[in-house]
Amino acid sequence: MVNKKNTIFSNLIFWLVIIFLYFPVLILAFYSFTDASMLGQSKHFSLDNYVTLFTESTLTSMMVSTLVLAMVVSVISTLLGTVGAVSVYYSGNKVKGFVDFTNQIPVVNADVVTGFSVCILLIVFCKMDKATCIPLVLALTTLCTPFVYLSVYPRLLQMDDSLFEAALDLGCNKKQAFFKVVIPQISGGIINGFLTAVTLSLDDYFITTYTKPASFDTISTYVVNATRGAQTEIKTALWALSTVIFLFVIAFVVFTNMGDRHEILE
Amino acid sequence: MNNKNTLSTYYVLPYIIFSVLFILLPLFVVLYYGFTDRTGHLSLANFIHFFTNSRTIGTFFYSVVIAFLTTLFCLLLAYPIAYILAKGVYRGRHSFLLVFVLPMWINFTLRVTALKEILTYFEGNIAMHPFFNTIICMVYDFLPFMILPIFNSIVKLDDSLIEAGYDLGATKFQTFVKVIIPLTIPGIVSGVTMVFLPAMTNYVVLDMVYNSTYIMGSLIGSYFSSYDWNNGSIISAVLLIVIGLMTIISNHLINNKKW
Repeated sequence: MVNKKNTIFSNLIFWLVIIFLYFPVLILAFYSFTDASMLGQSKHFSLDNYVTLFTESTLTSMMVSTLVLAMVVSVISTLLGTVGAVSVYYSGNKVKGFVDFTNQIPVVNADVVTGFSVCILLIVFCKMDKATCIPLVLALTTLCTPFVYLSVYPRLLQMDDSLFEAALDLGCNKKQAFFKVVIPQISGGIINGFLTAVTLSLDDYFITTYTKPASFDTISTYVVNATRGAQTEIKTALWALSTVIFLFVIAFVVFTNMGDRHEILE
Repeated sequence: MNNKNTLSTYYVLPYIIFSVLFILLPLFVVLYYGFTDRTGHLSLANFIHFFTNSRTIGTFFYSVVIAFLTTLFCLLLAYPIAYILAKGVYRGRHSFLLVFVLPMWINFTLRVTALKEILTYFEGNIAMHPFFNTIICMVYDFLPFMILPIFNSIVKLDDSLIEAGYDLGATKFQTFVKVIIPLTIPGIVSGVTMVFLPAMTNYVVLDMVYNSTYIMGSLIGSYFSSYDWNNGSIISAVLLIVIGLMTIISNHLINNKKW
């Protein structure tokens, strides 16, 4: 009797939380296809929000900036993190201990502190110009690189070292052995690391605010400013943006799950 | 074994240089600014100001309360969900886990905007229930970060230990409290660390639903806007101390698995 009650209770939480997580996004998606400016208003079907989203110059430029920034940061972090993981794997324990320690810092640190401290170092202390975007890219890279490292390193531990030796014995030079034997075995970790870096930089607000040039906006900084301004046309265009992202995420998840069920969870 | 050294150790330099320059150095610079005054002289004024000014110290305790409640509600919701996903009817069906993880990939400001619209619809004026709305939005934002680590630790839990609990006469409740909870402490601890700190500092959620109040993050934000690097740094330094303490406590809890 008690068991049954517990199961019903847990299941209730389970489904209520699913509704809690998806209801706002779905309702907004529904209203994004109407001409309503508030939820609950009587409405007619309209694609105006989508037209605004892809024509209004401040909106299109902030979307492009967000994507370009995320790509640049993720590529740099993936290269640095992968080189770091591989080189630390082949180094002594002292190096490994040091890197294990420093890697934890951006992971556990509050983003506000990471962003503010890099801003203090580069912009206040080194007097670097924000307008160059260099502080922004460096700060986000600082956040993302340890995550790449942490997703590549476990793959190296799973790797069979004798394969690398075998490649050398069979006449490969070290470079060939590295690219043809080591890299393919850790590619899953590299891809996961890259995706984590993309997600982190797309989602970031704090690090971006503290290091970005004044006129530069990403989705996060734009949305936060827009909610203060409350210009209706922009507000409802952001509903359309949230819907586009939601559909894209679902498509991505379905696509990768068809490809390989296990990869995405690891 | 000597093969480990076949790639020259000098490849490790870029990563070491990166770690020193961009991870360690900024923290030292923040400490330096936190403990000096505007003219660059060593001073404890900022530090003392933080603990004696009612606004800053009040903000600190207020953040702790917000973070504590957010973490508590996330934990209460996440545990049953993680348990069902790992051991219940959805066991082994990883697509259900994805249902809970997927919202993490939508930009958090857009998600909070969506929830804010819903709350506005139901409450009329959301300024009437600022505290309640803040907690709801924070839980909405951070819940997936609590589910994932708890799920990972429940999945690893050996079923035979639970069965042993029953066989030895424990009730369902006793088994849960004395077997399942202690064995999933590492997951709970890492979930708590992933939620507590962001909840103490994520002032954007608060800004969007609750325009008037401050948490620790907003202090840094306001000192940043007024170019007050020294006081901004001392807030960062205080947060670093909190983070350091939490890391030490959580490492201790995770490594001491024998209860």
